[in-house]
Amino acid sequence: MSNVVDMRAQLASAALPSPVLTASGCAAAGRELDRFFDVTAIGAVVTKSIMTAPRSGRATPRMAETPAGMLNSIGLQGPGVEEFIRKDLRWLRERGARTVVSIAGGSVSEFAELANRLRHEEGIAAIEVNISCPNVESRGQVFACDARAAGSVIHAVRRHTSALTPIFAKLSPDVTDIADIARACVTAGADGLSMINTTLGMVIDTDTMRPALAGITGGLSGPAIRPMAVRCVWQVRQALPDVPILGMGGIATGLDALQFLLAGANAVSVGTAVFNDPSAPWRIHNELAAALADRGFRSVADAVGYAHREEVPS
Amino acid sequence: MSTFGRPTKAEPGPLQVRGEVLAVRRSGDYHVLVFAAPGVAELTAPGNFVAIAVGGQPTAMLLRRCFSIHHVDTAGALGGTVEIVVDAHGPGTKWLVDRAQGDALDVIAPLGRPFSLPKDPVPCVLVGGGYGSAPLFMLADRLRERGCRVDLILGAATESRLFGVVDGRRRASSLTITTDDGSLGVRGRVTDVLDGILDQHGGQVIYGCGPMGMLAGLAKVAEQRGIVSQCAVEEAMACGVGVCMTCVLPVVGKDGVTRMTRSCTEGPVFFGDQVRWDAAGTVPADCLGAPVVEGGATSR
Repeated sequence: MSNVVDMRAQLASAALPSPVLTASGCAAAGRELDRFFDVTAIGAVVTKSIMTAPRSGRATPRMAETPAGMLNSIGLQGPGVEEFIRKDLRWLRERGARTVVSIAGGSVSEFAELANRLRHEEGIAAIEVNISCPNVESRGQVFACDARAAGSVIHAVRRHTSALTPIFAKLSPDVTDIADIARACVTAGADGLSMINTTLGMVIDTDTMRPALAGITGGLSGPAIRPMAVRCVWQVRQALPDVPILGMGGIATGLDALQFLLAGANAVSVGTAVFNDPSAPWRIHNELAAALADRGFRSVADAVGYAHREEVPS
Repeated sequence: MSTFGRPTKAEPGPLQVRGEVLAVRRSGDYHVLVFAAPGVAELTAPGNFVAIAVGGQPTAMLLRRCFSIHHVDTAGALGGTVEIVVDAHGPGTKWLVDRAQGDALDVIAPLGRPFSLPKDPVPCVLVGGGYGSAPLFMLADRLRERGCRVDLILGAATESRLFGVVDGRRRASSLTITTDDGSLGVRGRVTDVLDGILDQHGGQVIYGCGPMGMLAGLAKVAEQRGIVSQCAVEEAMACGVGVCMTCVLPVVGKDGVTRMTRSCTEGPVFFGDQVRWDAAGTVPADCLGAPVVEGGATSR
């Protein structure tokens, strides 16, 4: 490799040394993966969505393998924000990892409360707002599937978060027009957008002849959903050319990550691939660096959105 | 009641290494897969498990398959060998047993919390259901090194579903076999003979590995007798390394609070009285953070 690629990435005001991050719900709070690679070397650890109170999550089975993917229905198991701050965030800070804290709530006020609680905590590079949660005040309608509800959550989080901390809205692909929701989130104050969350799926166990998951439906992730994710990034980049995008969905190799950059993502999250290869984020960082160098890119930034360029007639 | 040394600490390890298949051999309905895995044998304690990627690269099978470690040998010419027992019932496990000598394997090991060993040389009864018996032979060796008497019970639905009968005779002071259909040994379940073995040899600790129902039975016997049980659970895992939260079961902590607890990192070995066996597969209402039953509280 003759040229050395500048691997720095920028997500709104957050400057990261690498464009490869973990994905929420696939890395716990970084500690387990630190046994396999140096979590301070990647862009950031994106933590599992945290809620105000401890939460048991769902009954088992919570998982089913699917072709090139998996279905999960964990139910946002977590220790609650206080223990998260006391243990997980502290560990990440002391370890020197950049941290993107994912927050989840059942109501606009729960999101606001979480933002407020995290406001004065040090070591938070950004907040990712997991709006793929049912709104308990609206008969379980998922925030991310309704532009107005999504906007209300983002507005509340923005209002309770320091202007120095960027907030990213995590979008669901299970909508008719993802650019509509993206626009609503940006209008409400999102500094950037994360996409995509899992897409809703279902598996029936042909032995028991019942749904395979205790939660009946679950979120589909893994390489199976990668084309859908690349499409979402492409569409949102076209609709909102200047909004930072954290892209994710089935990234398992450096070339997969490159697709996301070319489609318009400023950085990527590696999620389900970690279950197959716990050192995947760092491996993908290196594979991406080589892939960028091979194509003559001098920096990550040069590749962002490159697939949108006008075809120059030869 | 006997006391136990602290479980082997989680660190150092686990290692993610390129393994190499040395042999695949049949054993009843199962296959024993032997592979070289540099550095793993030295770190392994009985009850640890291994997570192996299946299907080659690229694969449509994303999730590693987890197996308790049956045997390790540090003296192998290829830097230590590991043996696992595979029940080839799905495409991933079938892929594994179809490996040929020299094939590469992506291996993560050793994982999980192993069995704790008693500090005193007390008699122990080891109980394996089906190929769940895999880790018990290594455990038997460690216990006997400490001067513990080891009595072994192996149970299965039928003779071909038993694992380790020959090995068991060599390594334990006594071996009792049960099969549901009576094709070998006593007709019935392991719990039908357990009390008799405990009475006969004064067993102070029950170690078990096998299906949840069997482990629940062992834990109950231990509780009734006021002795200790340690059970290695077989929960479905997606990652094996503690990040996916799929392999949870309700476990009571030292503070008396029940939590949905990962069997990959906090387990797979639990003390029998820690696990809420009756509630396995559910979230008990008194579990920390259990959903309030009034609609709502359902989120992906």
